[in-house]
Amino acid sequence: MIAMTTTTAQPKGLLPLPARTAHLTTITGALATAAATGLAWTWTSDFPGDLTYYGSPAGLQLVTLTGALLTLLLAASAHGLPGLRWLTPAGRTAPTLLAALGTFATTAFTLTAIAIQLGGLVNLEPGGYLAGATALLTLIGALGLPPDHSTDPTPTTPRQRLTAALTAGPPRPATRQLPTWAEHLTIAAAFAAALLAFTYGIDTDDGAPFIGYLLLVALAVPALHRAGLLARLTALTHRHRGTALAAAFLAATAFPFTQDTDQYTLIGANILIFATVALGLNVVVGLAGLLDLGYVAFLGVGAYAAALVSGSPESALGLHFPFWAALLTGAAASLAFGVLIGAPTLRLRGDYLAIVTLGFGEIFRIAMLNLNGTTGPDITNGAMGIPNIPNLEILGFNFGEPHHILGIPLAPYGNYYLLMILVTALVVLVFRRAAASRIGRAWIAIREDETAAVAMGINSFRLRLLAFALGAALAGLAGTVHAHVVTTATPEQFQFAGPQPPNSAFLLAAVILGGMGTLSGPLVGAALLFLIPAKLDFLQDYQLLLFGIALVLLMRLRPEGLIPDRRKRLEFHDTDRPDTPDPGNPPTGLNGNPTDPTGPLGTAQAKG
Amino acid sequence: MTTPTPTTNPTPPPATHPLLQATDVTMRFGGLTAVQGVDLTVHTGEIVGLIGPNGAGKTTFFNCLTGLYTPTEGTVAYRGTRLSRKPHLVTQAGIARTFQNIRLFANMTVLENVLVGRHTRTKEGLWSALLRTPAFTRAEHHSTQRALELLDFTGLAPKSDHLARNLPYGEQRKLEIARALASEPGLLLLDEPTAGMNPQETRATQDLVHAIRDHGTAVLVIEHDMRFIFSLCDRIAVLVQGRKLTEGTPRTVQADDRVIAAYLGTTDDTTPGDPTGDTP
Repeated sequence: MIAMTTTTAQPKGLLPLPARTAHLTTITGALATAAATGLAWTWTSDFPGDLTYYGSPAGLQLVTLTGALLTLLLAASAHGLPGLRWLTPAGRTAPTLLAALGTFATTAFTLTAIAIQLGGLVNLEPGGYLAGATALLTLIGALGLPPDHSTDPTPTTPRQRLTAALTAGPPRPATRQLPTWAEHLTIAAAFAAALLAFTYGIDTDDGAPFIGYLLLVALAVPALHRAGLLARLTALTHRHRGTALAAAFLAATAFPFTQDTDQYTLIGANILIFATVALGLNVVVGLAGLLDLGYVAFLGVGAYAAALVSGSPESALGLHFPFWAALLTGAAASLAFGVLIGAPTLRLRGDYLAIVTLGFGEIFRIAMLNLNGTTGPDITNGAMGIPNIPNLEILGFNFGEPHHILGIPLAPYGNYYLLMILVTALVVLVFRRAAASRIGRAWIAIREDETAAVAMGINSFRLRLLAFALGAALAGLAGTVHAHVVTTATPEQFQFAGPQPPNSAFLLAAVILGGMGTLSGPLVGAALLFLIPAKLDFLQDYQLLLFGIALVLLMRLRPEGLIPDRRKRLEFHDTDRPDTPDPGNPPTGLNGNPTDPTGPLGTAQAKG
Repeated sequence: MTTPTPTTNPTPPPATHPLLQATDVTMRFGGLTAVQGVDLTVHTGEIVGLIGPNGAGKTTFFNCLTGLYTPTEGTVAYRGTRLSRKPHLVTQAGIARTFQNIRLFANMTVLENVLVGRHTRTKEGLWSALLRTPAFTRAEHHSTQRALELLDFTGLAPKSDHLARNLPYGEQRKLEIARALASEPGLLLLDEPTAGMNPQETRATQDLVHAIRDHGTAVLVIEHDMRFIFSLCDRIAVLVQGRKLTEGTPRTVQADDRVIAAYLGTTDDTTPGDPTGDTP
């Protein structure tokens, strides 16, 4: 790292290697790493995944293999190998470097985990050392690649040089147009790959293998982004919305059929419930800009309403509605509760509204605790909750029993998963159509500048209430299914914060982490926020601490969320103040001097 | 001053109903009286200017007209009916406004900004949006059509997909006008539409305001740029320290010594009309 501040026209990589050598090192290293995954890394099958076989990579070796192959492809494409150029339409070095880093991180983590878990480096076989060395070689090669674009002035500090190496250049226009069928096929393949990656992640063993998987994903996704592939895919899905939606729907539906046991279909169903509620919250927070800290109460209202009419022997009402009626009851109860809370509070703005909703969320939980027959009328059984909620049965199809569909076994929670797919699809439809309408535009206008929105004739209170009510009803829908999946409705499920995902803090985190105001943002955010705690259960008490640190880091590094909205607003503070005369505006003479252009110009731009 | 329409003595048609009639409007904030007993009438097809030194209460008076403030005393009537105190109902009645410090929906596209302006002239609710009823599709199509026409009218059509925040300053002002026009107002209130503009942009704005008037919308405009206001308006009202000092044609207002005194300040004695350079 010395004498790198030369002012030559050719930008250099982070390590002083000739470009050609760097390319060849990267490609050879990635090839060798891929080959090393076929060797045994340890002698005993005690390490999860059983990495003792020759010729068949397993567990974390598979993850490393994927990373190595990805690095290989990106590096070959960056080198200009014919037929592979399309893989890197934007950046070349940045994606290769990230993929190499991901592969190295996964490999290094695996080797460390083996050494720690089995008690010493002696437990590593030569294959493990080889994989580690080749992955390091790949990384060194990638660090020597010249950056994608020359920055002016030439970066000098290590930090600037790292940033320069990790930023991709602008995307180049596509060289040739794909035929339409190929575009459809690409979309289908992309969703199939996403399903594969997701299914693999959900099926990995808890603990070390999942962390290794997470490491690679966390670096491979930015690599694909830097390469410009994600942007290209987004453009494709925009062009063929129908195909994209159908592919996403099919990929999501296929998931439970890939599962033999019920262990992970339950996680899948819970992710969908969580994601649906997050999407409902996104109407309130993302579109209308109302910070709601007690949103989980609406899930609770839906769940309790469904539990009361579910035919549970413990239900105070003793009613047994068919599912469609229960669904409507849950949504209607939530909606009524939303209007009840919203009507008096929605005249507040920003922080004040947040505090009030926080209070109402707690009021709901405590009210459910107290409606137990001693401190109040006997409706909810207090802390005991309403247990024994029976399984759903629609047209003779019992959701509690395993079924065979076209000969493929489907576990009980798989049934609920598929039902939730339908509910999620409905909520997605509602979100999309509401957002792209006069109402949705009015919500966004209120979020952007309430005074201006009102001056454009928007009844701000009514529209805020509408957003609140719609969000509540969507959460109520999800709550109805939630009650049947967990079979018990207790007050403790619906807290402001807790280690289990469906709570207000996690919901808000899912929306903000994923990207406010977007459709896919909260879905991705919810999936991550559910999966990661569920998979890292062994951390126990440290889980929330690490979760908090991870959130802080993410918000520091990417405040706009994982999938940011084009119209992004980072703060909920209103820019609102009546349009009073600007004291900074200098007076102008009567004799026709033009107004000083700096006065209002400066203030107007500072506001933006 | 290459305006497409003759501006000298347009003599507005004698309207039976004044479009806007503000009577005895007074606005007090605690002990401070910002506007006191101001009367103002705007007729159909007129361009009326409102001038005054800083802090004269022009914007406060504007806010009283549009319902952002409730006047302490006095009434505001539009086409003979008293206006509601709710800003969104004022817009619905037919008065649209722009803001002194531009208040666009910064993170929406130019087209979306104008579509928001159409809010009061459409009524499709949530259900029709969710069910995508034929009426909804038709209304959306019509609104988009209308918005594109307005963008054409203001010369922003090529930028309809840009985010409002990315527009240059002058175009942001134009977009605010287009957005206000989308609500199909009978009266347009412009709060310093040329603040911060260069002379060319100011001239273009002048042409735009004339074109708006020719389309049948009356305009009430606050402005500091005297050359702009004197060549633009049919009638000018001068506000000083919350009171209306005088009102009349540009020529009479320009010749009024009290106006000059209000702007430049009386030095010691009554020797106004100092020929320092009032040659607009």
